[in-house]
Amino acid sequence: MVDDVDRQIINRLQGHMLVAERPFAVEAATMGLEEDELLNRLRRLLDANVLTRFGPLFDIGRIGGHVTLAAMAVPADRFDTVAGIVNAFPEVAHNYARDHALSMWFVVEAETAERVAEVLRAIAAATGLTVHDLPKTREFRVGLRLEA
Amino acid sequence: MELIAALCDGLALDPRPYQRLAERTGLTEAEVIARIQAMRDDGVIRRFGVVVRHHDLGYRCNAMVVWDIPDDVVSGIGQRLGALDEVTLCYRRPRRLPDWPYNLFTMIHGRERAEGEAIIARLAEREGLNAYPHEILFSLKRFKQCGARYGG
Repeated sequence: MVDDVDRQIINRLQGHMLVAERPFAVEAATMGLEEDELLNRLRRLLDANVLTRFGPLFDIGRIGGHVTLAAMAVPADRFDTVAGIVNAFPEVAHNYARDHALSMWFVVEAETAERVAEVLRAIAAATGLTVHDLPKTREFRVGLRLEA
Repeated sequence: MELIAALCDGLALDPRPYQRLAERTGLTEAEVIARIQAMRDDGVIRRFGVVVRHHDLGYRCNAMVVWDIPDDVVSGIGQRLGALDEVTLCYRRPRRLPDWPYNLFTMIHGRERAEGEAIIARLAEREGLNAYPHEILFSLKRFKQCGARYGG
């Protein structure tokens, strides 16, 4: 489903997007493609959910937002129910099950620190579980980039 | 509409995506381009481009490696780990005792679990980190990934 040309596009356009009048035409030319073909392939990759989005990753602290990582010890037999409660909050950006006593790990993003705290309290109240709030206090790298 | 709010919806897959943003925000295309460029130079926009759903590229193993490092040396070690190619994210976070003793978080992506484990074993050995308590939390299942808009 993802061919070599798609891979080349993903590798080139991760974290790198030209800001110019005809960005896709310029990027396409560097890869030996037509502008149309590049746009069609990007549409297909988005429709197929290989790509989640095409756009910016903001430094949330600098645009007035707040984000945290939260963890909960969820009993195995309640996992799906609790995941349903947590994921119903639009502020929950992603949620992973991990092989640890603290088994559910999710990111909460909101415009204010108060709203983030409110969501964590609401999740604790709805599930009866302790929610550990683990905001980053220092960042040494944010460079997620994967070779396709 | 504000430019930042319009950008959160992503870039239009259109030959002139910045012109489309200009129409939505009441700015000119040149202003949109200049403002995005400035936000990027300034670090307000940390990355700009395609956001990949990594499971679908074959990266099944996302390993969160957590370390309990004494507070007086955690900054130096964090900087060292953050500079390594195999580490994709590196953050300091608070401990939550007694449940959670770890204060340094690193993310490693591997195509398979064994690959992830090997990367981490090599890294700990090479960087002399085996003396510090650490654990690897592999992802078992992804419930929601709506494409993080922010670097968290």
